[in-house]
Amino acid sequence: MKTIQILFVIICTHSFPQFCFSQSEAALIKGVKNKLDKVNNYQADGVMTIDVSFIKVPPSAVKVYYKKPDKFNVKKDGGISILPKGSASVNLNSIISGENYTIVPAGNTVLENSTVRIIKLLPNDENSDVVVTSLYIDEKKLLIRKSVITTKESGTYEIEMAYGKYSEWGLPDKVIFIFNTKDYKLPKGVTFEYESGEKKPKTANSENKKGKVEIAYSSYIINKGVPDSYFK
Amino acid sequence: MWKLLKIELFKIFRRPRTYIAFAAIAAIITLIQLAFYSDGEAFLQFGMQSLKETFDINGKIVNGYLVCYVILQTLLIHVPLLIALIAGDAVAGEANMGTLRLLLTKPVSRSQFMWTKFMATVIYTLLLLVFMAALALFLSVSIFGTSDLIILKSETIVILDRHDILWRYFGAFGFAAIAMTTVASLAFLLSVFAENSIGPIVATMSIVILFTILTTMDIPFFNAIKPFLFTNHMLNWKGFFEEPVNYREVLKSATILIGHIVFFVFTAIAIFKKKDILS
Repeated sequence: MKTIQILFVIICTHSFPQFCFSQSEAALIKGVKNKLDKVNNYQADGVMTIDVSFIKVPPSAVKVYYKKPDKFNVKKDGGISILPKGSASVNLNSIISGENYTIVPAGNTVLENSTVRIIKLLPNDENSDVVVTSLYIDEKKLLIRKSVITTKESGTYEIEMAYGKYSEWGLPDKVIFIFNTKDYKLPKGVTFEYESGEKKPKTANSENKKGKVEIAYSSYIINKGVPDSYFK
Repeated sequence: MWKLLKIELFKIFRRPRTYIAFAAIAAIITLIQLAFYSDGEAFLQFGMQSLKETFDINGKIVNGYLVCYVILQTLLIHVPLLIALIAGDAVAGEANMGTLRLLLTKPVSRSQFMWTKFMATVIYTLLLLVFMAALALFLSVSIFGTSDLIILKSETIVILDRHDILWRYFGAFGFAAIAMTTVASLAFLLSVFAENSIGPIVATMSIVILFTILTTMDIPFFNAIKPFLFTNHMLNWKGFFEEPVNYREVLKSATILIGHIVFFVFTAIAIFKKKDILS
């Protein structure tokens, strides 16, 4: 009897590997989703640091707003906030909020000394801008440590997250958002700029086409309501 | 000295032409503010087209600080021409009216006479800048409010926190005072050579226009001589709007401009002291 059971497991895993694994991967995604679902909305305070070769901006205090299912905004009180295009649509809650994707397991890896499972989400909708999303999930804590999102229009986004006191809600203490940047150049006539005759040294990252935005959160106000006007 | 200075200031501010510069500055600033009030967002959309392909920008982009920056960029090129109107007239105007010889019969040394004239010109220049600052900065802030300042450059974008801007404007206006005094001292020097104020005024304007064109043109041959043009250093008020401020470059330009002022004024005094006054 025991031999038959073992044979059944072997035949099953070799003949229908997707079926056998997708159950557990789907359960993991569901677990993460259930955790994130506890958050209907939040308002968070944080400090945003932008590292883009052609933008010089000091770190600034920002307020981050989220509302289910996919409303997300970053505002600087009384100032100007600048965010990579599309970053609002690639926040984690909106990525796994629906179920219109195929789950593909992609093994395990180690991130910052802890083993994480890699799960790829392939959208079923052919018109979706997202081509594939790779999630690096801490199975024990049901937390997404990192995600890599490849889109048709804007290239690849990479989001890295560090968790602390809000991990029970699935909300990170720090998010690092890495994205592709395009060239920026304006005619000197438009900017009223004049040549000084001195050669400007090329900075180390002037050829770097990757940009980085980091938000370090200091506090969250969770499920206390966020007006729709905050997302305009 | 103070009495002489008061007389010089009285002469400057009694002339209608003195107020041409104030009226011109008020008109230009008001027009720029009006343009930004009615269509500022559309103007900026054009400049930020390539930026908006990659980024979403939230906040009050058109604000008093930005409008003031645009005004300074536009006006600080042209204000020297208005300053030349008065500075070029300082000595040549007296010669033209035939009062120079009469003035020098008074118990005042030629050096004292020239210093007083120059100080009156500097006071006029500073008043013009204060007037400009009041309209460009304070009026713009009261109309458009404050927010972070976004500066679009040809290859970079600088965003400055709104609490970190006002001191930069004070620095920029201080630097502009040195730059404008350089032009005033050039016109003052040329004024010594002429018997009619039109000559030094037009000559100063021509030098400033020529040097500014050379500064503007991005041609390798001209790039070699640009560091030696004072008009090139006059633009370094923008150094205060870098992040971080390149104090070395700003101080270098300020020192070069002060060097020009000293050279122009002392040359003017030296020449005037030896000049045979015939008018």
